[in-house]
Amino acid sequence: MSKRVKGNRPLSPHLTIYRPQMSSISSILVRITGVSLALGFILIITWLLAASTNVYYFDCINSILTSWFGIIVLIGSVWALCYHSLGGIRHLIWDMGFGFDLKIADRLGWMVIIGSFVLTIFVVYYSGLLL
Amino acid sequence: MTFRTDRAKVLGLGSAKSGADHWFGERLKSVALIPLTIIFVLIVAPLIGKDHATVIASFQNPFVSISLILFFLVSFKHLEEGLQVVIEDYVHSKGSLLLLIIFNKLFCWTFGLAAVFAILKITFAG
Repeated sequence: MSKRVKGNRPLSPHLTIYRPQMSSISSILVRITGVSLALGFILIITWLLAASTNVYYFDCINSILTSWFGIIVLIGSVWALCYHSLGGIRHLIWDMGFGFDLKIADRLGWMVIIGSFVLTIFVVYYSGLLL
Repeated sequence: MTFRTDRAKVLGLGSAKSGADHWFGERLKSVALIPLTIIFVLIVAPLIGKDHATVIASFQNPFVSISLILFFLVSFKHLEEGLQVVIEDYVHSKGSLLLLIIFNKLFCWTFGLAAVFAILKITFAG
């Protein structure tokens, strides 16, 4: 491409020129949670590797994960996983060609946000980590 | 004289290089991850914070090992493809784009295989 075409046109992310909307914010959050889940991925695989190595490594990782800091990161990862899953399902629905009506898109967005917190509370309760 | 059709000569030469199969593969992994993630959370969430012996013992069930290996295989590939799309969208300099895509593949393959290795080792060697 020549310099003339490249010019000064805006390139993504278009956050500076795009008015925030329900659908755009809830959609970009799928990306943000997806990227941050790489951290959760590292965390859980470190835990698995420690378990496969020996009991001393495992106790070390386990004490980090169950410290207040570890629990905050874990709960954050659970929320990210719930949000990313629900938001991903919404994108799959869009990919099939449904739910583009503004009202439905908005409602789906709220369902994803509220659902992610409900699911997080359920998973944290189910894990028994805070009991 | 060539027997190749005109269509075969131009196949893959467009800017996208390949067809809809890549797009379809991404969706296929996403759909597969819905049940796999539920199984993963149901298995792993109660194990966090438990002692070493309990965690090792739970992996003696083949359903646990196999479904977790499946989860990690599909999710690391999904992570790799997802991160690559994010990199391609936001990184505009050709050099760092290539570097980040290579680093992304290295990162995802390493951790994906590490997860499978750890699960197999726990299952077979305790």
